[in-house]
Amino acid sequence: MTTTMTQRPEPAIRVRGLTRSYKDLHVLRGVDFEVPRGSVFALLGSNGAGKTTIVKILSTLLRADDGTASVNGFDLATQPDAVRESISLTGQFAAVDGILTGRENLTLVARLRGVANPGRVADDLLARFDLIEAGSRRAATYSGGMRRRLDIAMSLIGQPSVIFLDEPTTGLDPQARVEVWRVVRELADRGTTVLLTTQYLEEAEHLADRIAILHQGRIIANGTLAELRQRFPAATVEYVEKQPSLEEIFLAIVGNDTRRGVTP
Amino acid sequence: MMTTRFLSNTVALLGRSMRHIARSPDTILTVAITPIALMLLFTYVFGGAIDTGTNRYVDYLLPGILLITIAMGISYTAVRLFADMEGGIFERFQSMPVARSSPLWAHVLTSVVSTGLSIAVILLVALLIGFRSGAGPLAWLAVTGILVLFTLALTWLAVIAGLSAKSVEGAGAFSYPLVFLPFISSAFVPTDTMPGPVRAFAEHQPVTSIVDTIRDLLAQQAVGNQVWVALGWCLAILVVGYALAMVTYRGRLA
Repeated sequence: MTTTMTQRPEPAIRVRGLTRSYKDLHVLRGVDFEVPRGSVFALLGSNGAGKTTIVKILSTLLRADDGTASVNGFDLATQPDAVRESISLTGQFAAVDGILTGRENLTLVARLRGVANPGRVADDLLARFDLIEAGSRRAATYSGGMRRRLDIAMSLIGQPSVIFLDEPTTGLDPQARVEVWRVVRELADRGTTVLLTTQYLEEAEHLADRIAILHQGRIIANGTLAELRQRFPAATVEYVEKQPSLEEIFLAIVGNDTRRGVTP
Repeated sequence: MMTTRFLSNTVALLGRSMRHIARSPDTILTVAITPIALMLLFTYVFGGAIDTGTNRYVDYLLPGILLITIAMGISYTAVRLFADMEGGIFERFQSMPVARSSPLWAHVLTSVVSTGLSIAVILLVALLIGFRSGAGPLAWLAVTGILVLFTLALTWLAVIAGLSAKSVEGAGAFSYPLVFLPFISSAFVPTDTMPGPVRAFAEHQPVTSIVDTIRDLLAQQAVGNQVWVALGWCLAILVVGYALAMVTYRGRLA
């Protein structure tokens, strides 16, 4: 695409000088970042920092005012169809059809993506996301965590190489959050590139290979957790008695072993 | 390639919204209730005092009732479309390799089917209270064609409303004027007793030509030039509605 950088593998996502304004509100003021293939990239920022705007631009829902971006090697502006073939979006609010059952939601997406054997794809995903029993119930009856799991399951159909998760754990209880984390790790292990946005520092720390901090429309820090740590003053060593966090207490009492394969 | 994708996507999404209809069949009845009430009211309360020059008032009344049913039915399309935009599922479809206009066409075709079901309910009630027609299959086919065309035309207006509404009430309320339009037409009473300006409006608005055409077809009378006026109106509304809906849709996309 550009003239330099021979031999370097094309990153899964490349963003250059992205800007976007809503009337007088400059949400993005020149955003640059790259996401290597198969990695988990966290966009960290407070509410209104522009995280969702970036996700919407990269998933072809919104046009940038200026700058360029490519996903899976395809240019957003000139090859949006090829981009859509490469991606899946799980938006901030679970975009499932509440009137359809969980299984019908999955088969619908499989049909739309032209996947062979939609029924089997749906059944496999229901099993993988612990939704077999719920599969024949309307999604409107699901808990927040179940909806979110269904939502993510719908995003995996057709095996897109890049997945956007916009605040995937906002509004979820701790158990459901741990489960979403497990799913994200699994995706990364299978070689999927994940870009997730979050306002929880802990989530970024837990999941991401690289973390970018978005503040007032710009990326003000970008690196691995270790790199980000180095940019701040060396830690002074203090001895403190470690108290369990309320979340750890909650999970210990409620028992987070009710779901399979969860490691806190 | 693009057309096969459009077709398969539209069929998949049509299946989705038909499931919505099947799971809330009350919408079919809700749409039919007001027209049925009007039909009973006019047949048994006002009808006796209206001189239409025909034998059975219900025969005279039915075409107008059918158009009111369509106007009420399409408001659900606006509501369903609005719900899709609000719920985020439209964004999901938009971020997928789905033909751009398939989500809209699925709603539009669903509107035709569900309105057709409501019309069937109305016809049944009309038969029960004495509506009779000796019209042959060809005439009924023509009536069906006009009703489908009218439904398509109004549905694209509903799409504009659904896409640009700010609230679900707003999405549903836009059809009130359309429901009211048959009252200032030849649907309930002949236009020749109306005062000048009202009569002029009534005789030149779309409903009158459509109602008269359907009425003539069902009464086995020659339809004359009226049918071309009726078809012209339907096609004009359809083309303008479709074009505006697409512009609105593109505006919402990015």
